[in-house]
Amino acid sequence: MTEQSRKLIVLVAIWAALLFAPYWMAPLGGYTALATRVLVLGLAAMSLNFLLGFTGVLSFGHAAWFGLGAYGAGMSLKYLAASTPLAVICGILLGGLCGAILGALLVRRRGVYFAMVTIAFGQVFYYIAFQWSSVTGGDDGLRGFARAPIDLGVLKLDILSNAEVFYYFVLFCFALAVGAMGFILRSPFGRTMIAIRENERRSRFLGIPIERHIWIAFSLSCFFMGFAGALYALVNNFADPRGLHYSQSGDFVMMAVMGGMRSFWGPLLGAFIFVVLQDYLSSITVNWMSFVGLLFVLVVLFFPRGLLGFFQRSKA
Amino acid sequence: MNVLEIKNVTKRFGNLVAVRDVSLNVAKGELCAIIGPNGAGKTTFFNLISGFFPPTSGTIAFDGQDITRLATHQRVVRGMARTFQITEIFPELTVFENVRIAAEVASGYRLRPWVNRAEAAKVQQHVEDTLKLVALENKAGRLVGELSHGDQRAAEIAMALALKPHLLLLDEPTAGMGDQETYQITQLIRKLHRDSSYTIVLIEHDMRVVFNLADRVCVLDQGRMLAMGTPKEIAANEAVQAAYLGNAA
Repeated sequence: MTEQSRKLIVLVAIWAALLFAPYWMAPLGGYTALATRVLVLGLAAMSLNFLLGFTGVLSFGHAAWFGLGAYGAGMSLKYLAASTPLAVICGILLGGLCGAILGALLVRRRGVYFAMVTIAFGQVFYYIAFQWSSVTGGDDGLRGFARAPIDLGVLKLDILSNAEVFYYFVLFCFALAVGAMGFILRSPFGRTMIAIRENERRSRFLGIPIERHIWIAFSLSCFFMGFAGALYALVNNFADPRGLHYSQSGDFVMMAVMGGMRSFWGPLLGAFIFVVLQDYLSSITVNWMSFVGLLFVLVVLFFPRGLLGFFQRSKA
Repeated sequence: MNVLEIKNVTKRFGNLVAVRDVSLNVAKGELCAIIGPNGAGKTTFFNLISGFFPPTSGTIAFDGQDITRLATHQRVVRGMARTFQITEIFPELTVFENVRIAAEVASGYRLRPWVNRAEAAKVQQHVEDTLKLVALENKAGRLVGELSHGDQRAAEIAMALALKPHLLLLDEPTAGMGDQETYQITQLIRKLHRDSSYTIVLIEHDMRVVFNLADRVCVLDQGRMLAMGTPKEIAANEAVQAAYLGNAA
């Protein structure tokens, strides 16, 4: 079997699993809304990994753009109009534009300094959401909005009350975002991202203006993150200031590393494990995070390339 | 016509003067070797040319234009390519992918979200031609990190060549190589110089390589230009012998 046909089979298997998730998750003790959460958090982890795994830049404040996406969508639904597409667009723009503007200040920092500054910026947005109660709802979060059914003219999608329909709506959004990511990574620009990850000095001396390319990659990642955040607000009909907190950023990094940050689909697997474990363990113990943390430590120790990275290597 | 004109360049790091008032012109098609004892300022001088940092004083002109304050990537776009003393490559990518990144940047595609078929075919052809030039065409699919030291050097040179440079800067191309590999790289540089008429400036420790290849040799010592001339003149120069052998000679 050639490398190419193997990749194709894996790709078909992943999409088939996603397409039929509402049907196979239920018999295994899951439910459709759980699958939707996996998709949304998976998209967020993949957006982070677009930067972390493919440009080699660790942002530890990416929850900020996720949370801003959620608030953008929520406030659009609450204050502007009861339109789901408009809410998604507002979320993408709020998360993406804030990320792009602050990203311009970040790109000269490297390594741990970059990570520290991203945490700081992320916390700024967390405290804004936390304190500005009249607009954001403060500590209680933004409430009083709900995703609106989508009217396609011939067909009305009841994404509010029908969980399956909503899952497929989210899957459609997920496919758009992930398709765009894959497309970018296969482009000449995507290859310069990988070049920067592999060897920054060499890239510079190949004529790549490193800072500008990192900024573009960072901004794209923020737009994808805003997209995921907007969908998250639709999932919960609620936007939570803790969605911007650095501990949320840490969760995303954990999902990406656990699943495998060098592989495109790894973070989705990481998000799946994280969300399912959280759902299952949190009904048993409040200390569910210790078990997730233990698993994370084991994965990092024994599969430093993440779970998917490990499988890919053992096949090769 | 001079490809490179360096006038009275000085570089200080605090109290240390790494390069002191050095001038050098490199003519089109010339192969100029820079030699000197350890700590003579050779690599600093190279870093000044390639834009790693700007000089404290003095000017550098490339193809008749002042580039003294230009950033690295702007110099590369104007046709300057370099390799490093310690090989700088993309170890987890294949030889082909390594060179393709350089070829795409050189074609001005670095910000492109896609390339059409004709453009991709052109890049492919360019990469294949470059790999043939450095005799790596049979290893195109191998990961660069898995190649021998000599082949990694050749891959790094291929990346520089894929940029279609007017000036090739090679920092100790034979560093850490055995006799066989040194011979192969020397042959490659000779071929690039004689057959493809590249303008080359190189730093080298191996005197056999220098006297074999260079049209002109520059000797740096304690940041100053000690001597400049044909390999024969340099071999006969007493000041150079003193610098290399110590004052006992």
